Amino acid sequence: MSSVAVIDYGMGNLHSIVKALQHAAPEVDVICVSDAASILQADRVVFPGVGAIRDCMQALTESGLSRVIRQVALNKPLLGICLGMQALLTDSEENGGIKCLDIFPGHVKHFSDSLKNQEGETLKIPHMGWNQVHQTQKHPLWDNIQQDSRFYFVHSYYAQPDTSALIAATTQYPEAFACALAQDNVFAVQFHPEKSQAVGLQLLNNFLHWDGEV
Amino acid sequence: MSLAKRIIPCLDVDNGRVVKGVKFVDIRDAGDPVEIARRYDREGADEITFLDITATHDNRDTIVHVVEQVASEVFIPLTVGGGIRTLDDIRRMLNAGADKVGINSAAVFNPDFVREAAERFGSQCIVVAIDAKKVSQNGEYDRWEIFTHGGRKTTGIDAIAWAKKMVDFGAGEILLTSMDRDGTREGFDLPLTRAISEAVTVPVIASGGVGCLDHLADGVIQGKADAVLAASIFHFAEFTINQAKQHMASRGIEVRL
Repeated sequence: MSSVAVIDYGMGNLHSIVKALQHAAPEVDVICVSDAASILQADRVVFPGVGAIRDCMQALTESGLSRVIRQVALNKPLLGICLGMQALLTDSEENGGIKCLDIFPGHVKHFSDSLKNQEGETLKIPHMGWNQVHQTQKHPLWDNIQQDSRFYFVHSYYAQPDTSALIAATTQYPEAFACALAQDNVFAVQFHPEKSQAVGLQLLNNFLHWDGEV
Repeated sequence: MSLAKRIIPCLDVDNGRVVKGVKFVDIRDAGDPVEIARRYDREGADEITFLDITATHDNRDTIVHVVEQVASEVFIPLTVGGGIRTLDDIRRMLNAGADKVGINSAAVFNPDFVREAAERFGSQCIVVAIDAKKVSQNGEYDRWEIFTHGGRKTTGIDAIAWAKKMVDFGAGEILLTSMDRDGTREGFDLPLTRAISEAVTVPVIASGGVGCLDHLADGVIQGKADAVLAASIFHFAEFTINQAKQHMASRGIEVRL
């Protein structure tokens, strides 16, 4: 039986992600853990997160989990979700500027307050709801997911990687931003697959069968 | 290609059963919340909102169990409102599997509660529910005030100013209910919806008064709402969520189909 560890570092509720992983692949053992040994023993690792980046990075540093995540990123299938994606970048401008894990070179920026849609109306922030995900490269995590499928988003900051080669998908709000990043055995998404109904479960199922090869 | 407007069915839950009243009386039983949530998920609901109208504290656990059960098999965002008064209430709901909580009266009695909640759990899960009623007379400029206790008690607080304040305090979304329209099936209060939506930077959910599918589309097109919430037109199977979405799409609104 293969296993997946969901990293619990005290940032919010992991009920949804655990339930969704169990539902997506009942044959996989899903564990929700905070200790290094269990995380390093698992076949795959999910790094979720909601809330503010300062609290997130502080919790990761104090618990020693930043080191563990860096280690996982070297050789094991790793899926970052939402804040768990943002924490993989070099730094974030949230909370006055916070250094992050630097696994994906790049920055996390706030949506501009003066964004307008085509009708000239001010766009709402957070970017909340179902938006289209445009796959920009072929990847095992996109298997059986239609181009431009809608996933559920809720965020005010977005990733801007240094190189576009890292981008696995983009979403428009109103300009295109990177909503998925991929490099070797690491994949990260800004949207919430655990809240994106059938397409979200498909992505989780793909991850739970991914060997980390592209 | 852009963000879809959301359709959110709302389940008023009393002691573990879904009920729907008209202007807070004449409560009709509409069934088992878990079963209904499953059906809405299959029909393509973008989110589901539970409003716990259980009056007694002893029965609060019921809603927690409902949320737990639904969250184990329905993978779309879930919001729970009604009786959320403390940080502990919020934690319980989030731990049960809710993604967001709706705060209503508690925000009016203690606005700082919204600030504390947003700081602790993040703005993304704090929905401030506003019950507004028109107070201006014919011929005057439109003006609405905030009401509590199911629309029975006025607070004298201007609805637009209040919505802005709640966003400043950390609300990530506003759930706006017109007390004049709730349960009437006459459609949303469109001037109210538009005034609030244009006044705040966060998404606004329009609620109160939906009687037909055109009302949903009007809420988005004229009311400028980011999401529309309805209860009875879906509970009694008058319309499916999918029919509602098809209708909105036919009026040029971007929806998730």
